[in-house]
Amino acid sequence: MSTMTRIAKDSSALAWRNLLNIRRTPGSIFASVLQPIMFVLLLGYVFGGSLGGDTYREFIMGGIFAQTVTFNASFTTIGLANDLQKGVVDRFRSLPMSRVAVMLGRTTSDLTTSVISLLVTSLCGLAIGWRIRGNPLDAVFGYLLILLFAFAMSWVGAFIGLVSRSVEVAQSLGLIWLFPATFISSGFVSVAAMPEPLATIAEWNPITSLANAARDLFGNPTPASLPQPHGWPAQNAILYSALCSLGLIAVFMTLAVARYRRVATR
Amino acid sequence: MPGRHREPAVLIEGLRKSFGSKKALDGVDLEMAAGQVFALLGPNGAGKTTTVRIITTLLRPDAGRVFVAGVDVSADPDAVRRSIGLSGQYAAVDDKLTGFENLYLVAKLYGMRRKEAAATARELLERFHLDDAADRLTGTYSGGMRRRLDLAGALVATPAVVVLDEPTTGLDPQSRLDTWDVVGELVNDGATVLLTTQYLEEADQLADRIAVIDHGRVIAEGTSDELKSSTGGERLELVTADERDLATAHRVLSTVGTAPPSVDRRARRIEVPVRDGQYALAAAVGKLNAERVRVLDLGLRRATLDDVFLALTGGSAGAPEPVDSEQTMVLPPVTHWPEHSGVLDRQEVGA
Repeated sequence: MSTMTRIAKDSSALAWRNLLNIRRTPGSIFASVLQPIMFVLLLGYVFGGSLGGDTYREFIMGGIFAQTVTFNASFTTIGLANDLQKGVVDRFRSLPMSRVAVMLGRTTSDLTTSVISLLVTSLCGLAIGWRIRGNPLDAVFGYLLILLFAFAMSWVGAFIGLVSRSVEVAQSLGLIWLFPATFISSGFVSVAAMPEPLATIAEWNPITSLANAARDLFGNPTPASLPQPHGWPAQNAILYSALCSLGLIAVFMTLAVARYRRVATR
Repeated sequence: MPGRHREPAVLIEGLRKSFGSKKALDGVDLEMAAGQVFALLGPNGAGKTTTVRIITTLLRPDAGRVFVAGVDVSADPDAVRRSIGLSGQYAAVDDKLTGFENLYLVAKLYGMRRKEAAATARELLERFHLDDAADRLTGTYSGGMRRRLDLAGALVATPAVVVLDEPTTGLDPQSRLDTWDVVGELVNDGATVLLTTQYLEEADQLADRIAVIDHGRVIAEGTSDELKSSTGGERLELVTADERDLATAHRVLSTVGTAPPSVDRRARRIEVPVRDGQYALAAAVGKLNAERVRVLDLGLRRATLDDVFLALTGGSAGAPEPVDSEQTMVLPPVTHWPEHSGVLDRQEVGA
């Protein structure tokens, strides 16, 4: 069996196992469904009133899509940390199976979680007046771009899960970086209004570019009341976002595999 | 190959491993013959699990070499993984999967096709008396059932070497006996079994060869019989009918033994190592009669692995700690518990 087929077979066997786990504990993805609804309503109506009403609510949807899939990285973190702690990974490591499959199985099954949360977020967005105003093909491309980023974030989460010494550590480590990462971006406000160096960080933040790319592809403009985005990353949001995702996947896949080889649970 | 020495199933040379400043393994050499049960016996923290983790490719050694069926563990870990089945100390069972799904997953990861994987899983469930619970989530299993399922997982690919890390720790007596049966079957099927245990009785019952390991070193190795005779053959054991006779009996046995007797006052039992057991026994009987000591029980017994273990680890390290209440299973039954307890001290016996 060639290496690639083995990786694919082992990963799909493990993804099957992870999906059974999710199906039997639906509560575990409850947060990933509830959270986007919460943010849509909170940001849309708490901030929305002072920041532009309907146009603002349409504007933040790109940011909420980006935020939602970023937060799903913590599922990969906690899932892997759980397997490590319970000795399940030891069993896998003692098998003549592909090394990368343990993580690839996890990151692909976590994509399912992202698909579900994107669906719920979209429905919630439709309910508050968000619409896809561009052409449908662009919109499909938009969702694919978001899922590519979800996959990249899942690898970041996998690495964090492997570095954590216990599930408890994974739970806090897996969440703590998400807030600055998603808020120092154009997700909910305009980058141009931020002070330096935050503005520059936000401008180049992959989450900013994903939010901007989603707005471009769904045809949701930045409200006139907010400063318009400018700079290379904003003008080439789709390209930059795709490059970021691919780069993050390459870097964190390598890191995670290296870490996995060394990891000794006890 | 006739005429040629059979290759050892596992060969360990000069194995060392440290975790920070703590030496877990300090130069371990072992050779396990194919088709045998080999027991690694030692207290908690002796280095048993570290050894197992290195053999099963989960840990890399700092120094030394390990060969499994002639394959160097460091050079070709994947080949080693194909010929080894591991059942770890903590049952690695996924609670949210059924018993069947757990084994099916392992079979798939060994590269089996769907049908073959399903057939293997069914067969193993039956063999481990789990077929009734096959389609229940393992989260509902008892500790013994989880352990059996984990053990079954180690056998999915009928490996040449089966490694069982403390397979019976935490099991009730019946499950422990079931596990012992499985080990017997494995050897009948031609597998080599390496098991680690804290239970002397387990090593005694199951193992063809035993290595006693303590502080990261092998301090003795051999068959159960060899180990027992290495620590001075026979013991003379006596139980007095009356507690007041203990002091006299102690004095008598001191004169026939090769070392000071040990006394268990609770059980009114005195024990002393002897040479030429038959004559020592006759001499003891004569002297006890002369002193009119009434004896409830008097006899010779061969050294047990407990004696070996205590002698080797210097006693201070102590016998392996009881992990749970089931440990009482390996202790001799106590029929009578007088109000005093503990070892009789020297002044009382007037030594």
